[in-house]
Amino acid sequence: MPKPVIERVAKATPASFARRVRGFSDRTIAWIFVTPTIFLLLAINIFPLIWTIRLSFTNFRVNRINADVKFVGLRNYERILSDPDIWQTMQATAHFLFWTLFFQVLIGFALAWLINRKFRGNDLWTTLIVLPMMLSPAVVGNFWRFLYQPQIGLFNYVVGFFTGADPASFSMIGDVSLAPWAIVIVDTWMWTPFVMLICLAGLRSIPDYLYEAAAVDRASKWRQFWTITVPMILPFLMLAVLFRGIENFKMFDLVVQLTGGGPGSTTELTSINLKREAFEKWRTGYASAYAVILFVTVFGLASIYVKALNRVKER
Amino acid sequence: MSAFSITEPTRRQKWIAGILVALYALITVMPLVWIVMTGFKTGPDSIAYPPKVVFSPSLEGYVNLFTTQTRLTPEQIETLPPPETWYDRLVREREKTIVGPSRFGQRFLNSVVIGFGSTFLSVFLGTLAAYAFSRFKVPLKDDLLFFILSTRMMPPIAAAIPIFLMFRTLGLSDTRLGMILLYTAVNLSLAVWLLKGFIDEIPREYEEAALIDGYTRFQAFYKVVLPQAATGIASTAIFCLIFAWNEYAFAVLLTSGNAQTAPPFIPTIIGVGGLDWPAVAAGATLFLLPVMIFTIVLRKHLLRGITFGAVRK
Repeated sequence: MPKPVIERVAKATPASFARRVRGFSDRTIAWIFVTPTIFLLLAINIFPLIWTIRLSFTNFRVNRINADVKFVGLRNYERILSDPDIWQTMQATAHFLFWTLFFQVLIGFALAWLINRKFRGNDLWTTLIVLPMMLSPAVVGNFWRFLYQPQIGLFNYVVGFFTGADPASFSMIGDVSLAPWAIVIVDTWMWTPFVMLICLAGLRSIPDYLYEAAAVDRASKWRQFWTITVPMILPFLMLAVLFRGIENFKMFDLVVQLTGGGPGSTTELTSINLKREAFEKWRTGYASAYAVILFVTVFGLASIYVKALNRVKER
Repeated sequence: MSAFSITEPTRRQKWIAGILVALYALITVMPLVWIVMTGFKTGPDSIAYPPKVVFSPSLEGYVNLFTTQTRLTPEQIETLPPPETWYDRLVREREKTIVGPSRFGQRFLNSVVIGFGSTFLSVFLGTLAAYAFSRFKVPLKDDLLFFILSTRMMPPIAAAIPIFLMFRTLGLSDTRLGMILLYTAVNLSLAVWLLKGFIDEIPREYEEAALIDGYTRFQAFYKVVLPQAATGIASTAIFCLIFAWNEYAFAVLLTSGNAQTAPPFIPTIIGVGGLDWPAVAAGATLFLLPVMIFTIVLRKHLLRGITFGAVRK
């Protein structure tokens, strides 16, 4: 490869002249440009992380400043891992994670597949579908509580209208068996467009000649779908699942406004549980250990997943 | 593409696909339409059964949103002078009187200040850093995406514990400056990454030509690169703004009276005698509308922003 013009020019220019003409050197400019960003990221992303790890080995409580802070070793971690309540929280999170991913991938892919038929006006409909995703989850979650009201809520009315059930006979967020599904429905409503957009990009990246070649070889539409569409779109789908998985593992705003973790603790996802420990019970050291465990879990799972994703991409 | 292409869907397929997608779109916007409609209902209309689709619009929700009121007994009403303005009259009909403005305006203003402040900072710093990452050899360059992803893995509640302590030590808790700095840091990694993608797409030859013409590196940056990257910078800015605008977890934990933004405030709107859904809906409408407009403006760049540039199209 030929050297960039600038390097050739730079070499041909005498050093003293070059300095006079070009102001700051590239090296200096690079440092001036990058330093503030690095500084801010260190101060607000890295430093707190280290602090959290340090706190997780202590019995520190924010609401008791003057009490002695004692180093307690791994006791916080032991207590968390042996706490049955935490396992219940994890189960609620797993339920939420699995079903939201399941429905979002299913509906999102189906929508993308339909939109890819390039019918007239699909730009307008796509934009409408995408709207919920961009809105404030807390504000929208709060309003869904209104839609879920028995008797007066729109959701109950619509369900009642189509199934004949009495709209006052069930409460999506008040019933222990329905509440886990209430949050799945709202999250699916909100985030299906995300999966849809990524799938659509995947579908549009598949060149037409693959299908044309398959049609010449008389492969059925069904076979084309499984041997061309699915393998080609898999990396995109996996990427969508990665993003949604990370987001929903730390889900807080939508669910806390919708159900507040209730009824009982049926929808108390890990973030809501963590908030309770850290900012209501003020067990800072304990909550820090909890945070570290969550972070390591996501980090570990995501790393394994990214490896798998790269393998699929290379294939 | 020719009319006889094998891959082109048939007319009937298009029709079926179109109808299904339109149906889904209509279901999906129903809750949003309902928010806007509820904002224009009266209290009794909003909780009517069956839910009212046709109703006579009223600005009661908006009046309740912006004012605080107290309930009056009929004797008290008789001692008052007749209402002067249309909103006084509206409130008086409900046997209440306005005693002052509500905190909504101030919360909304906080959202605007913090949103635009942090957006400006993260785009400003982000553009500089992105240029350096794109054009120069900088340490840590290859780990950048991984770093960005990992900062997003930490649940905000977990990050809030040390930040809460740090802000208290620095005197930044419940201040606009603190929230601006926090949102800037959260947005910055996304901004740098998106902007680097945009700047990577600008051919280096433009700057090189400028450098040969005697521009300094800095002049080449702001006279040649910046105008070329304008679209990318604008769409990155909107993404940062939407994030800061929508953020809830940090806002609810780190702010209370002074710097609280609208998302933690709107759910706490309570009218005189029970939850006032029209007022909540009115607040939500005012709060969500700007983002809806931005989404429509942004739809071409949406994918790139929400996937951190992983999918560019």
